[in-house]
Amino acid sequence: MPDTRPWLFVGTIPDADFPLVMSPFSLTHGNISLGFHEFPVNRGTPAMLAAAAITHAHVESNTSPEDRIALVAGDIGSGQGSRQVYKKLVEMLPEIRPLGITFHYLLPDVDWHNRIFMALDELSARPVLVADAGYMYAAKMSGYAGKYDLFTPDIGELAFLADPSAPHPFYTRNFLLADEEAAEDLIHRAYSENNAAQHMLVKGKVDRYVHSGRVVEKVDAPDVPMMEPIGGTGDTLTGIVSALLASGMNMHTACTAALRINRRMGFLAQPTPASSVMDLLAALPSAIHLEIQQ
Amino acid sequence: MNLVSRLRTAFFKPQPEKAKTVPVSRGEAFLVFSSTGEVIQAERVLKADGLPVRVMGPPPALRTGCDMVLMIPLIHGFRATAALEPHHLAPLQLIPVGEALLEPVSLFQTRDYGKWLMVRAANMKLTVEKATGRIVNVSGGGCPDVPYLAAQLVGKTIDDADLAKTHGQTLCGYALHLAAQELHHQMQKKE
Repeated sequence: MPDTRPWLFVGTIPDADFPLVMSPFSLTHGNISLGFHEFPVNRGTPAMLAAAAITHAHVESNTSPEDRIALVAGDIGSGQGSRQVYKKLVEMLPEIRPLGITFHYLLPDVDWHNRIFMALDELSARPVLVADAGYMYAAKMSGYAGKYDLFTPDIGELAFLADPSAPHPFYTRNFLLADEEAAEDLIHRAYSENNAAQHMLVKGKVDRYVHSGRVVEKVDAPDVPMMEPIGGTGDTLTGIVSALLASGMNMHTACTAALRINRRMGFLAQPTPASSVMDLLAALPSAIHLEIQQ
Repeated sequence: MNLVSRLRTAFFKPQPEKAKTVPVSRGEAFLVFSSTGEVIQAERVLKADGLPVRVMGPPPALRTGCDMVLMIPLIHGFRATAALEPHHLAPLQLIPVGEALLEPVSLFQTRDYGKWLMVRAANMKLTVEKATGRIVNVSGGGCPDVPYLAAQLVGKTIDDADLAKTHGQTLCGYALHLAAQELHHQMQKKE
C-alpha cells in the first residue's frame, strides 16, 4: 500500500507582491502554476518546483500531482514572505502530516526554524526532511543539522557546514578553502562538528552522495563544466531528488539517480555559461528516460 | 526580529556557539540595525560621509542566521547616527566592542570559461561575457533576494552591478556585491 501523504515544497517566489499560496503545482508553457497564480521559471524555488513537476510526470509513481504541494510567498529579501510561509507551515503541519518536506529559498531565521522543529516533533510520524539554500543555513546554525535527512550543498556551502563558527556562508573562514580537492576533508569536518544531515548530495566537479560521513558514491560523468555558472542547477537537483523521494524511492537510489539525471540534463542541453535554467529543463525529460532505460 | 527575541533564541540554542577570535579594537563600536537590508544601505551612506566603516558578523547573542553589523570608530558614533537620520536609517543600538566578531569572506575564486569569466565570493557566483562586460549569469546563494537580484542583473553590464548593493537585503546579496566588485576590478586590470 503506497504512502499517499503529500510532499511539501516550501520556499519563496522572487516577487514582493506574490501572495501566500499553498497549492499543488504544475509547469505550463515555461511558467510554474500554483492554483490561480503563475510565475516564470528562472532560478530559485520556481526552478526547483519546475524540476519536481517534470520529474513527477516522467517517473512511475502511485501518487498524483495533487500529492505535491507548494507552500510559497513572495520575498525579495526582506524576509516578510519567508515569515508568512513559516507561520503557515507551523499552523498547517498537524493537518497535512506530510510524508516529506523540502525547504528551499527562505530567509534563514533560527527562531522560526526552531518553532517549526517543535511543530514537527508533535507529529506522530516525522516527515523526511530535505533542506537546501537558506533553510539549510538556518538548520546548521540551529544545531539540529543531524536531524535532517538530506542537505544538498555545493562546495562553497560545504565549507560553511565544515566551519563551526560560521552562521552563514558569508562568514566562512578563509583557511577552509572551498576547493574541490578539499571536499572530502570538508565532509569529514562537517560531520565531526555535527553540522551535516544524515545524507548529503555534495555538488561539484565530482558530485558525491554521502551517508553518515561516508562517501557512498561519486558521480563525475558526464562532465559539463559549463553548468557551474548557470543559476538554478542546484535548484533543479533539489527538485529532482525531492520528486524521486516523494514517488517512494529510497534515499540511496533517489540521490544517485538525481545526480546522474541532473548531469545528463546538462549534457543533453549543451549549455554555455550564458544559458538559462529553462534551456536545461527542456532536456530533463530525455535525461530521466535515459536513467530509466539503464 | 527584535533584540529580546534574538537574545531568547541565543539562550535556547541546543548547542553553545563556538567562539572565534577576530581581534577588533576596543576603540570601535558596532551599529545594530533591524535588518540586513538596512545595514547595506547604512554602509553606503556612512562611506559616502567619509566614515571608516566595516561590515562584520554580530556577536553570538545577536545572531539569527542572516545578519551583520557595522563597525565604526566609537568616537564617531554620534556623527554616524546623524548622517543616517536623513535617510530614515536608525540603528537599534550603538554598542562598544566587547568581544570578538566574525569576519566576512575575503578570498575570491576566479574561473575562466574562454569568452566568459566567473568570480565566486563565499556562496555567490557571478559570470560576465568578457568582450562586453555583460552579466550572463548569477548562481549560488540561498537567501530570497538572490533570484530577484539575478533577474535584475542578467543582461546588464558589470558597471551596473552596484544594483546588487542597492537592492540586496541579505548576506547573499552582499556577497554578490563583493563578487561584482572583484569582477569589475579584474575586468579593469585586463583592459
